[in-house]
Amino acid sequence: MSVVPPNPLVRFIEVRKSYDGKTDAVRSLDLDVHAGEFLTLLGPSGSGKTTTLTMLAGFEQPTSGRIFVGDEDVTSVPVDKRGIGMVFQNYALFPNMSVAQNIAFPLTVRRVPRAEIGRKVAQALAMVRLDGLADRRPQQLSGGQQQRVALARALVFEPRLVLLDEPLGALDRQLREQMQYELKQLHRRLGVTMVYVTHDQVEAMTMSDRVAVFSTGRLRQVDEPRRLYEEPDSLFVAQFLGESNALAATVARRNGMRCAVRVSNGATIEATAVGRCSPGDDVDLVLRPEKVAVGAAVQTCANRFAAQIAEATFLGDQLRVRLAAFDRDDFVLKLPNAAGQIALEPGSPIEIGWRAEDCRALAR
Amino acid sequence: MPSLAERLRGGRAAYWLIMMPAIVMLVLVYLVPLLDVLLTSVTDPKPGLGNYGLLFTSASVQNTLLTTLRIAAITTFFTLLLGYLVSYAMRGATSRQQRLMLFCVLLPFWISILVRSFAWLTLLRGSGPINGALVGMGLIDEPLELVRNETGVLIGMVHVMLPYAVLTLYANMRGIDVGLVAAARSLGASRLQAFRMVFLPLTRPGLIGAGTLVFILSLGFYVTPTLLGGGKVLMVAEYIAVQINDTLRWGLGTMLATALMIAVLGTLWALSRVIDVKRLFGA
Repeated sequence: MSVVPPNPLVRFIEVRKSYDGKTDAVRSLDLDVHAGEFLTLLGPSGSGKTTTLTMLAGFEQPTSGRIFVGDEDVTSVPVDKRGIGMVFQNYALFPNMSVAQNIAFPLTVRRVPRAEIGRKVAQALAMVRLDGLADRRPQQLSGGQQQRVALARALVFEPRLVLLDEPLGALDRQLREQMQYELKQLHRRLGVTMVYVTHDQVEAMTMSDRVAVFSTGRLRQVDEPRRLYEEPDSLFVAQFLGESNALAATVARRNGMRCAVRVSNGATIEATAVGRCSPGDDVDLVLRPEKVAVGAAVQTCANRFAAQIAEATFLGDQLRVRLAAFDRDDFVLKLPNAAGQIALEPGSPIEIGWRAEDCRALAR
Repeated sequence: MPSLAERLRGGRAAYWLIMMPAIVMLVLVYLVPLLDVLLTSVTDPKPGLGNYGLLFTSASVQNTLLTTLRIAAITTFFTLLLGYLVSYAMRGATSRQQRLMLFCVLLPFWISILVRSFAWLTLLRGSGPINGALVGMGLIDEPLELVRNETGVLIGMVHVMLPYAVLTLYANMRGIDVGLVAAARSLGASRLQAFRMVFLPLTRPGLIGAGTLVFILSLGFYVTPTLLGGGKVLMVAEYIAVQINDTLRWGLGTMLATALMIAVLGTLWALSRVIDVKRLFGA
């Protein structure tokens, strides 16, 4: 994994945005974007990720707070003076221009000499592998090709920063994966900083150096994809990124990072304490379904419980098993479809277990 | 059981039957008189193309046609200019404002053209409120000659034509993705550049459509030039009326009517070479 030097290219300082003066679309956002990184803003719709991007692009002004790009305070710099490349979800290609004219647009408005425009457009076309289509109209291209034109147009004037607003949302799955790969390749090759908005967590995990998770206008956590998945700070992140078993619990003891919590049916679970919680406090206990062991592996686990199989679903490479445990029937575990799988008959008892490290008690 | 083709044929016949009254009506009150006009133009006062020869020989016919073309062209220019501004403002307004603006644009449609012409006459005449206000403010010494001349005709015609231009342009502008202008801005275009390079070219079909519509309708104006021109501005419709009603030169009148129709059809044909006319008029 590449090590990103921590010098921020973009800095949001206590940025707040309210459209109606009553509710905040973005509340007090502090976020740094490092030079050269691929940062994804991830969240469900209405979480504030797109508002954050539009403020960075300059389409919207923050209600309060400041935004810096490099050393410059761009908070009130108009959109056309920010020098940021942007790719839109619906491509926003100009239908009255050819592919080449579309790509040349940022250079034309900057009054770049004609010969240089020609050279750069040719380079950009080659970069997105669209040589030969220069004279086509955007309407004559497929969705994937249109997206490549939009990308070339955002990159052709060599901006330091490129913003991408759900650029692959309109493509079918196969093309999408292909474009994800190409986009990532371009990012590596050009070293340009990219800020990417998506609601697709798989896309975020696949492409990003870091992911910033938003919900209800708040930045919940920003981290490398792996850490975000393994060490979520909040119930929201644990459930939005992948799947988690979540149990309401109360802290019984705490010893540094380690704690013991009691769940509703009286069982005590050894867990890792996250955040400020002391005995008596309510916490959310989260556990990834694939971290739950069955069979012989259970014997080495700090937590061991009896459960009953409610339902087993075959998913090809894995089995998804729903269990009745802790007075609930939605406790999920995932088992790889490996050789020597144990029988999973609904109604039969099963012993499950997991390590304290894999189970996080999140302070509320 | 009848085959699919038979049933389709049966359906066809029923359609024709339903349309029959309208077709008969159209033939009797529209096509027959029109053919009569065509026929008269080549038979009265004597058979031949003598009437059409007047297009090339008669100075008064030529003057009338030139005046008509000039007034129609100037009307089209100003109507497009004003209509563009109004439609552009409507496009940027909130939906509540849009409804109000649309209502104001359509309001003149419900007022008789006669009433509107006389209202302009009252407003624009030498001792009218507009001249009165300008003189009163000391901006001018003598009242401006705003009516009973070509200026008056143009003001009146632009007023009548404006809703047509606004509706056509607004329909076109509503179809333009606002995201395109935003995209242009984000790529470094100033407001003016974004307008000139992206928005304006995308409104070209609307401009051509509205321009053609206004031009064609302007060619046939009768009441407005007669009332606001004060007898000094003779457009072809009034000229035709004079031939039919006063001088009784039916051949000349019908010839000019035919020429006008050919000019309109010719304009539409020329337009169809450039854009999709059917789509433009919502077909």
